[in-house]
Amino acid sequence: MLTILLDGVAYGMLLFILAVGLCVTLGLMNFINLAHGAFAMAGGYLTITLMQQAGVPFLLCLPAAFIFAAVIGLLLERTLYRHLYDKTHLDQVLFSIGLVFMAMAMVDYAYGANQQIVNLPDYLTGRINFLGASIGVYRLFVIVICGLLVVALQLVLTQTRFGSRLRAAVDDGRVARGMGIDVTRIFAVTFAVGSGLAGLGGALGTGIISFDPTFPLKYMIYFLIVISVGGTTTITGPFLAAILLGVADVAGKYYVPAVGGFIIYTIMVLVLILRPQGLFSRGPAR
Amino acid sequence: MTDMTFSQQPSPEAVKARAVLLGRSRWGIAEIAFWVLAAACYFLLPTKLSLLSEIAILGLLALSIDLVLGYAGIVTLGQGAFFGIGAYAAGLAAKHGAGSFPWSDPVIGLFIGGGVAALIGFATSFLVLRGSDLTRLMVTLGVALIVDEIVNQMKWLTGGSDGLQGVLPSAVLGVWEFDLFGRTAFVYSMVVLFVLFVIARAIVKSPFGLSLQAIKGNPLRTRAIGMPVNGRLVAIYTIGSFYAGVAGALAAQTTQFASPDYVAFHRSADALLMLVFGGAGHLYGGLLGSIIFRTMQDVLGNITPQYWQFWLGATLVVLVLFVRGGILGLLGNLRDRTQRKGG
Repeated sequence: MLTILLDGVAYGMLLFILAVGLCVTLGLMNFINLAHGAFAMAGGYLTITLMQQAGVPFLLCLPAAFIFAAVIGLLLERTLYRHLYDKTHLDQVLFSIGLVFMAMAMVDYAYGANQQIVNLPDYLTGRINFLGASIGVYRLFVIVICGLLVVALQLVLTQTRFGSRLRAAVDDGRVARGMGIDVTRIFAVTFAVGSGLAGLGGALGTGIISFDPTFPLKYMIYFLIVISVGGTTTITGPFLAAILLGVADVAGKYYVPAVGGFIIYTIMVLVLILRPQGLFSRGPAR
Repeated sequence: MTDMTFSQQPSPEAVKARAVLLGRSRWGIAEIAFWVLAAACYFLLPTKLSLLSEIAILGLLALSIDLVLGYAGIVTLGQGAFFGIGAYAAGLAAKHGAGSFPWSDPVIGLFIGGGVAALIGFATSFLVLRGSDLTRLMVTLGVALIVDEIVNQMKWLTGGSDGLQGVLPSAVLGVWEFDLFGRTAFVYSMVVLFVLFVIARAIVKSPFGLSLQAIKGNPLRTRAIGMPVNGRLVAIYTIGSFYAGVAGALAAQTTQFASPDYVAFHRSADALLMLVFGGAGHLYGGLLGSIIFRTMQDVLGNITPQYWQFWLGATLVVLVLFVRGGILGLLGNLRDRTQRKGG
């Protein structure tokens, strides 16, 4: 029971790290980026390659995945994405689906359609007893890392100069620009960090979820659920939503496998209908 | 009194508006040529008939998205759900009613497929009335995922991931049996596509269709001039679901098979892409798009099997960045430019 709960929390934490970048682009920059999963896939496959081919230790792969995905994100943002900020949502959707298709085909070409499995280092495998429940060391590791990241993100957004600039740029880009804030650069940096976090999530995810070229499409819906249920005005909203989703998904697969994703999708549709701005957001959407 | 004279003698504005509407709905030479060419394919490409009927079915699905998205502006990623519902409804009717008149008759099957899809479309249409593009996108996607999940789980009814086998529709109108070469399937699909296309054409050129375009342009103002916006959106969403359902029923009957693949996300995405290729908001956009899409898939798939997806994605990115309004939009721009030069 507690094991399932902790597994779910670990899974949810992972989902949060994967989705938080999308939260930023969608909620803050009002850009529907369905290709977000592709950045996570980039991080995941980089980790797999580095570990399998070059023998790089797992812990080094994590920052490498972050930087790799962030650089790709930055490049794409500067060359392609910025042309789409003021286009319609439909154009953004089509554009990012196009990117997903290209990413999937490229990974398929380079690695084949098989699922990739990564061999975790010894000190991260095995199980320990925690409050009477047995939990995998790796899941505990994920929980700790993701927990630290959540705290760091929250602090950056609320306590630093960059955070307040970002919030200003999002609230009213024109006024922020008038106040001398370089909105374009802030958005570029934010996009890069968001992509980097997705890459890091992908790297962390190699130990929990299996990677194959359809990853961006398969997890796209999970990201969207996290965003829609959690709302995009805060960091805590999507965080709680991701934990809930993780626990619900793990528990659902364990107790009632026949129902599959049915419950989760239904909840998503219901939340969207009843509270279009998300379950945990404060006040009505702007 | 004034009311009576008004109704007997329409104002000059009304006469003019009527003339404009009628003028817009006249058939052009290019349109007639398109359909003649489509019919001629039966003789010109006799070895490609099954591919052609597939194109016709995909074109119908893209047309259904065009009605909903291109004309009424409802962003949807879940049209595949209605395609799948239509396919399974018609497939189940043909399978369990094999040989007996009302159930396995293909034409009635079309109405069963379209009807069930329209019912579910009507029920879910209220979900897409609220919220922004993003909410609509996710609600339609969510509905499609739920349908996908149901199809996969209800093995006793749908055959689960193995698909629905043994769909054996009887002869079309009791005369033309489905043959191995896909001749009947082609003619049947083309006729259904043509009939539904003519109806769709009448719908979008009617005052109702024009009001939909007004809603797409600006829902708030349209509501302000007294248009029942929600009612119109429900109506067109239901009609769109019916069209998608008929397309699904056609697919199930001509391939004698229905699988969860019909409801999968990529089905909705592909159909949306076809429409965007051809040009949303043009009736021929979906048809043209499906022809290009399927031909591309065939040609590129032969050169680099399974990696054609890359080129599809690349085309899409280029299209969004540089070519607004798809191929028909591009042609329209060219025509405008040459006309401006000439006059």
